[in-house]
Amino acid sequence: MTLSLSDPTWYPIASSEDLPYRHVYQGQLLGRELAVWRADDGNVNVWENRCLHRGVRLSIGINEGGELKCQYHGWRYANRSAGCTYIPAHPADAPARRIQNRTYPVREAYGLIWSSANDQQAFRPFAGAEGHDWFALRPMPVNAAPEDVLAALVGLAPDDQPADLLPGLAVRFGGTYYFVQPVDAGRAVIRGLLRERPADPVAALRHYNELLSKLRDRLERSASRKPAPEPLQPAYDKVSADLATMPDIAIPRGNTVTVVVKRKWTSADGVIGFELAARDGHLPTFQPGAHIDLHLPNGMTRQYSITNGPGELMSYIIGVKQESASKGGSKVLVETVREGDLLSISEPRNNFPLRRDATRTVLIAGGIGITPLLSMARFLDKSALPYELHYFTRAGETTAFRSELEALHGKVIFHTGLPRSEIGTTIAAALGQWSMAQHVYVCGPGPMLETVRATATAQGWPDESIHFEYFKNDKIIDSSSSFDVELARSAMTLHVPSGKSIMEVMREAGLTVPSSCEQGACGTCLTTVIEGEVDHQDVYLNDSEKRANSCMMTCVSRAKSARLVLDI
Amino acid sequence: MTSIDPTTRDLWQVISATDEVPVGMVETTMLLDVRLALTRDNDGNPVVWRRTDEEQGDEIDPETIMDRLPAITGYGYVWTSLGNPPRELFPIPEYAEADRKNMSCGSIGLAVSAPRAVENFLDMGHFPYVHTDILGAEPHTEVKEYDVEVSEERDEVLATRCRFMQPKAAKSATSAMEVEYVYRVPHPFCSVLYKSCPEDENRRDVIAIFLQPMTEERCRAHLLQSMIDSTSTITDLRRFQQTIFGQDKPILENQYPKRLPLDPRAETPIRADKSAIAYRRWLSQKGITYGVIPMAS
Repeated sequence: MTLSLSDPTWYPIASSEDLPYRHVYQGQLLGRELAVWRADDGNVNVWENRCLHRGVRLSIGINEGGELKCQYHGWRYANRSAGCTYIPAHPADAPARRIQNRTYPVREAYGLIWSSANDQQAFRPFAGAEGHDWFALRPMPVNAAPEDVLAALVGLAPDDQPADLLPGLAVRFGGTYYFVQPVDAGRAVIRGLLRERPADPVAALRHYNELLSKLRDRLERSASRKPAPEPLQPAYDKVSADLATMPDIAIPRGNTVTVVVKRKWTSADGVIGFELAARDGHLPTFQPGAHIDLHLPNGMTRQYSITNGPGELMSYIIGVKQESASKGGSKVLVETVREGDLLSISEPRNNFPLRRDATRTVLIAGGIGITPLLSMARFLDKSALPYELHYFTRAGETTAFRSELEALHGKVIFHTGLPRSEIGTTIAAALGQWSMAQHVYVCGPGPMLETVRATATAQGWPDESIHFEYFKNDKIIDSSSSFDVELARSAMTLHVPSGKSIMEVMREAGLTVPSSCEQGACGTCLTTVIEGEVDHQDVYLNDSEKRANSCMMTCVSRAKSARLVLDI
Repeated sequence: MTSIDPTTRDLWQVISATDEVPVGMVETTMLLDVRLALTRDNDGNPVVWRRTDEEQGDEIDPETIMDRLPAITGYGYVWTSLGNPPRELFPIPEYAEADRKNMSCGSIGLAVSAPRAVENFLDMGHFPYVHTDILGAEPHTEVKEYDVEVSEERDEVLATRCRFMQPKAAKSATSAMEVEYVYRVPHPFCSVLYKSCPEDENRRDVIAIFLQPMTEERCRAHLLQSMIDSTSTITDLRRFQQTIFGQDKPILENQYPKRLPLDPRAETPIRADKSAIAYRRWLSQKGITYGVIPMAS
């Protein structure tokens, strides 16, 4: 038998006991090195052992519980998806979402971690696996070809107990099972299982260890007399072309994901929580501060912040305020969407990225504005970074996500029912004087946002240290300019006069232009810019995306140059 | 045996610190998969040849060695070539300034290709994580915008306006400071760094790394410091650089693949990696294949 890089068989690659709290284990299967780690939620990750940035082994990285941090440049990768969530060299930018490490299928069963080179085969328990209290032996690495190791194991069978070969380099006699992990063409690990827990576990471990050590010595002696087999040569996948070119800003286009409403509950007076789960596997990587567009059954689109902590990708939890529902916005969501319903959401976007390079982070939330800040607090909490969260609610309101907030280790201060006059002084005291590497993040009603901005500025906080997010475009659109738009693919040049948007002019010319909010907030009309300088007036693109000048919203944004060339 | 591209073959390559080669005794080393022997003659000039049966520490009369490779000394090191090298080494004019402390800071073996080690030398983003509390510290992780050009005239990569917040930028630094760097790559396997000098704001400390490619996946890093520092001893200054390289070594040796991939899609560059991207392109354009994974043509 020759080993194949594309062998779809599931093999054991580690013992459950190899993955203690916050450890990263280095494994190998069919020539490919693996970084194997257990997140705090119990999930086991099996990833290619290589940071996508510069190829440093992730097995020397740091397991932060929900994210794995590379030793070389501190890049963070999320539990489950292996998507990059943070690049410290550019702390103010959200990383391009498609930076995602290669993952391998994984299953934890019978005291072992199982994986496969690809996902062509579903995991199937070996014959007779169910219904026993399995006991894993100590693994025995052997420098010999896996098929030779299997043959030698078969030879261990007692005379009265013939060996029973199982699929996938495994053999059984009686209640003893041996699985050969094919590490490479000339290397293997023997992983044994006993069907019942022995009366004296230590004695049993010692007995099998002695037995397998002798077997190993014999195998390695005979392997040293043969020519060493050529090691397998696994290839590394290339990264996508847009990640390989500079700049690294890739603006995602409306990919949607179908989710199921797993849970709907009242989190506080007037705040309804929704847990949106993937139908299959996990949801895409998100970063703290990110939001999703939720496409409502009535055709409307609304933005909601993700409240989750690092590496929590099995479902997104959002909070919806009932009050705004009465104004028509999320009415359908609150009143008619039920548990079990399917909804369509966008992939997460982040216009409110959290810097993780602050010496002090102040989070200020008002009412439902707690949602993105809860996520930020959870990320900071997991990395043991210093933060203070101030949560303002009105008198008589119960506090949304209270139990989640109380589970945090940082400083969480609830301010309930403060008179208007005291809110200002409380914010001033919470902010304090600014010093280098301090950042404040605020989310809440408009007047509160203004108070925080004005107070912070008065206390010496520079603009780049004050972070907030718009879900609505409250800016007054300046449509006074006039310019020409060349539509490259339609071979058409249009004149945009003052007072009309690019979108309106395109529609008048008979083009179909998709749109939703038409106020520069939803991203539906995102268009690639080929030439010309854009006058961005939307709130969808973040600052670095705007600076890149590669995309625009045709509903509100215009040209600074006399001519724009668009990819339409 | 691995083939050596003509560009690499014709370059001067560093092989040893001059003062570590005793007169009339054999030192042995490896360059580009070729076993070499070297010694110095009675005038102190280096003599380098392809090693046959000589052993390290043998006594030898340099006059008896006929089949010599080209050899020169420069910046405290012995350089040789397996081909036809240029007349001179690349310039480091500061080395000749009278008040500088010039010193070799040791030769450190690295189980990685020479170009990977050059790229690490050009990189600022790893300072807070690999050289924690010396060349960088969280929370100051940002790599600010800087400029990179490939100078046609001098045929070298030049990165300027590189700034980084450092807790202890040099042996003579007493507090954190934003340090400005200029990086030159005047040779495919050598780089020269100019950094703000804590002692004199009008001048710059010079630190250079000369990589000796032993095999495609193994090299030796030879370090040169040319410092404006009136207080530290040479031992202190050496120890400082050795600490830094001792921190880099385990990271470099955990890089895969060990040869530097030149295909832009092999790894994921970010804006902070502009100098590395320019370096990889420059190697490609020069036709370097030794120690790299060339782009599939």
